[in-house]
Amino acid sequence: MILIRLFCEFFKAGLFAIGGGLATLPFLQEISQTTGWFSQQDLLDLIAISESTPGAIGVNAATYAGYHTYGLAGGIVATLGLIAPSIIIIILVSKVLEKFKESSLVQHIFYGLRPASTGLIAAAGFSVVLATLVSVTDLPSDPAGACNWFGILLAAALYTAIKKWNRHPVVYIAASAVIGIAAGYLHMFE
Amino acid sequence: MKELWDMFLTFARIGGLTFGGGYAMLPMLQREVVEKHGWATEEELADYYAIGQCTPGVIAVNTATFIGYRQAGMVGGIFATMGVVFPSIVIITVIAAFLTNFADLKVIQYAFEGIRVCVCVLIFNAVQKLWKKSVVDQPTMAIFLLVFLVSAGLAVAQSFYPELFSVSPMVYVVVAGVAGVLLHGGNGKKEV
Repeated sequence: MILIRLFCEFFKAGLFAIGGGLATLPFLQEISQTTGWFSQQDLLDLIAISESTPGAIGVNAATYAGYHTYGLAGGIVATLGLIAPSIIIIILVSKVLEKFKESSLVQHIFYGLRPASTGLIAAAGFSVVLATLVSVTDLPSDPAGACNWFGILLAAALYTAIKKWNRHPVVYIAASAVIGIAAGYLHMFE
Repeated sequence: MKELWDMFLTFARIGGLTFGGGYAMLPMLQREVVEKHGWATEEELADYYAIGQCTPGVIAVNTATFIGYRQAGMVGGIFATMGVVFPSIVIITVIAAFLTNFADLKVIQYAFEGIRVCVCVLIFNAVQKLWKKSVVDQPTMAIFLLVFLVSAGLAVAQSFYPELFSVSPMVYVVVAGVAGVLLHGGNGKKEV
């Protein structure tokens, strides 16, 4: 019984959270408050874990919350609930697009959407850069201290390597993880 | 059947190797879906991301469903989507069961000091590729700059004034769609 409710609650989150994974968080908060399946502390752990494991953040959060509610089955059911609306809606949108692909109106719309989509991704990337490499709030008072010099140097090295070799992204991620661990144990972050 | 299995595995690889959520998945998608399998073009990826922003749900899941459906119909959409969430279910279940202090481990925190930097660079590189395909003339340049400057500007302003309003990505997407029709629909009826 609880599995059916779990599916419905996460279906709702998947249906109404527009704008990606982090948009599901307010819904998880509501589920926590109304059902008591998992605590606010679980939610904090969940955010930390979702962001430090691979995969979509919303999906990770649903699996974690579902697992805390009803074990392995709970994790699977919550995740399926979260993604079910996406699958249905995207398949419907695809069907409509297929039908009107040749229409000049749809082509004009996409002509405008593509640069906007790129702009949004660039802005999201810019926010990640700020969160990682520069602390904006400290910048006016202490410009040098606000910069993460380790990060800036590593970023420059990585960018040069990517332009030179163009390997699979995971190669650079693995290398960065090793460099981060080495730097950490050499006390470079203190 | 082989194609469906291939799709499941490819998306499982993308899901299992992406750190940092939907946007960080772009470099993986470019590598696996565009360059390796040819299941979509750079332009189509930009389209899927735009639609994924204004339809409900997780962007990575929406994009996987799009590509899978386009390639092999409804079953393809379901296989690709199951692929992209499969690693999450396995990894998160293991962590929730055995490693509740995972995010507090020193070695994980250090690794992420490096990984976060890498994600910045990968996204920057991915945006460059996308930019070449989507910003093709002055009107598209104007749309790109407007969306980027407003969205990034608001993000910076919010770090100083946390209570400041924010604009849903959906607003940018709808406005840009209308702008596309007005700017491009008006000047002759040339093909995109």
